Amino acid sequence: MRHLISIADLTRDDVERILETAGAFAGVEEKLPTLQGKLVLNLFFESSTRTSSSFELAAKKLSADVMSLKAAGSSVDKGESLKDTVLTLAQYDPHAIIVRHPQIGAPELVARYSDAAVVNAGDGKRQHPTQALLDLFTMREALGHLEGLHVAIVGDVLHSRVARSLIQALALVGARTTLVGPPTLLPRGIEALGCETSTKIGATETADVIYVLRMQRERMESAYVPSLREYAARWGITPERVRPGQKVMHPGPINRGVEIDGRVADSPDSLILQQVRAGLAVRMAVLHDLLAVDVAAAKLAAVA
Amino acid sequence: MTLFCKNGRSDSLTLAGRLAGGECVAVTVVDGVIARIEPAAATRHVLAPAFVDPHVHLRSPGREDEETIASGTAAAAAGGYCAILAMPNTDPVVDSAAVLGSLVEAARREALVPTGFMAAISKKLGGEELTEMAELADAGAAAFTDDGRPVTSAGLMRRALQYGSVTGRKLALHCEEPTLSRDGQVHEGTVCAELGFAPYPSVAESAMVERDLSLAGYEGRPLHLMHLSAKESVDALRAAHARGVEATAEVTPHHLVLTDEAVRSLDPNVKMNPPLRADDDRKALIEALRDGTIACVATDHAPHSREEKDAPFEEAPFGVTGLETAFAALYTHLVEPGLVPLETLLERMSAGPARALGLPEPRIEVGARANLVLLDLETEWTVEERGFRSRSANSWLLGERLRGAIVKTIADGRVVHG
Repeated sequence: MRHLISIADLTRDDVERILETAGAFAGVEEKLPTLQGKLVLNLFFESSTRTSSSFELAAKKLSADVMSLKAAGSSVDKGESLKDTVLTLAQYDPHAIIVRHPQIGAPELVARYSDAAVVNAGDGKRQHPTQALLDLFTMREALGHLEGLHVAIVGDVLHSRVARSLIQALALVGARTTLVGPPTLLPRGIEALGCETSTKIGATETADVIYVLRMQRERMESAYVPSLREYAARWGITPERVRPGQKVMHPGPINRGVEIDGRVADSPDSLILQQVRAGLAVRMAVLHDLLAVDVAAAKLAAVA
Repeated sequence: MTLFCKNGRSDSLTLAGRLAGGECVAVTVVDGVIARIEPAAATRHVLAPAFVDPHVHLRSPGREDEETIASGTAAAAAGGYCAILAMPNTDPVVDSAAVLGSLVEAARREALVPTGFMAAISKKLGGEELTEMAELADAGAAAFTDDGRPVTSAGLMRRALQYGSVTGRKLALHCEEPTLSRDGQVHEGTVCAELGFAPYPSVAESAMVERDLSLAGYEGRPLHLMHLSAKESVDALRAAHARGVEATAEVTPHHLVLTDEAVRSLDPNVKMNPPLRADDDRKALIEALRDGTIACVATDHAPHSREEKDAPFEEAPFGVTGLETAFAALYTHLVEPGLVPLETLLERMSAGPARALGLPEPRIEVGARANLVLLDLETEWTVEERGFRSRSANSWLLGERLRGAIVKTIADGRVVHG
């Protein structure tokens, strides 16, 4: 694997391998020397707490050098183009660049102008592949398998890169996906990715996992839904809408009382905090896959 | 008089080629006028009336780094064109006789190929106040358009149509209902759903096409629909023709060749407005071009600097170049696979647009000003960034192999290419 930009670039074997490695990293408490001498650049053009901290910590736990840059306060504020920012930073010879950007295709541009392995930490509304991988990891930990699993993704699919990555990832591992939400927030043509859609919240009933998406206030202003109140009443995940044994997930940050009732978020069937924990292990595995495997291969080649 | 170019000596020469009808002729031009047409021996070249492009962005005034009248008309000459119409969405906008006058002057100095200028329908393309259309028509405006933007107000649109009886010029319309297209960038469909772009649905175009055709029918005034992209728009146009509405329409090479699948590459050179649509749309456009419902091929040649296009897809501006590749692209992708006969393509690139916009029709007949293009259908070439006469290279065809080359272009009696 050269870059991780989209789930569409992965094979099922890639996914299995990354989850396997993540499983091995999950139990390790001490710092590992695997990526000693490697430079990992965190390049965040959009605000993020959990993703940027998770990547930073993952790189540090593997002993890489980490440099984190945010758009605010950088030369981007002075109007520098993404291309020039990347050309400049590429002079430090980073081994990996982790990029989050509000525009689709930004990771491809980063890959074009640097030799680093590029990890997409979210580009516009398109992809957030490490989120999907950590979600698969969490589901497998909690339910023991992925093949044949039924996942209902509930909410604003239209504006969600998390949903797009996850739909593709679930299809890749043989799970079944149902998208549930207001018709205005279900993208036309999304069924082509191999999922079903429904506007009725009852469609979550048979699912093994209810995956709740964040509902943003901006969506009211554009009249996608009349009000948060109406959204919560129709599609909010309340305790009454969760069957015993059904697992609930959410990529965070959550809006208690809007898309998810606080009682559900805090219940034993909620996997929300496990997701955060999985994020660390999975991002370690991704960095390992991109940076360490090559080193091993090169060493092997040298020995041979 | 709505076409302008620099003065120069008319040429005298003889060109031999096969006409679209099949016979081989030698056409002798004396002082820029076709003097004789005689039978000739078989040749590998095809001789046709030169092309007319009703939709070109020359970026002057304001963005001369992207295109000038000189570079844009040189590109047109290399593409086989003998006449082009430039869009008014420049900086400043062509919304006054003063701006138009300066362009006419510039064209008389710089334009290699006869060039007409469309003027804006609304002041500053703001969609609120009409421009002084009668004065603009007197100053040489070829037609009126707010291209790049729709005329959002139906009321203003109706006034502009009514005013057409005073100006005698057509309205050329960019049909887009902005509350439906919103910030859309990619055709609403499976590709867009998968990639996560803001969707730009077909109905954003066709709803506006239907509105404008209704107004044109009601007012009994003609209009021209620019760069149609959606099947539903073609259906609406056919229905309007059936009830007698006098409407013409154009389609671009990129909408005839590509579909939204091309957007998967995330290449900013496949980003344009209207967006590339689904295969059904493409098929409907080809069928409409074939049967004449759509009478014109228009390039919507839209030069952009490398800096602007070398950005993530969502940040890059809309638009691609097309003057220098239009014929070869359509010959390769429509004529060779048998989708459109060569004769039809040549008509839709020349007489079709000339008639639609009221320009002189290039003809191969004795006594006519020579407006001729000599084509070599055997030559294969690769589209390369370095090969363009245009100042910009934002072509959707970079790196592609195409068949069909422009050997020579004669525009208004002068050899301008080859």
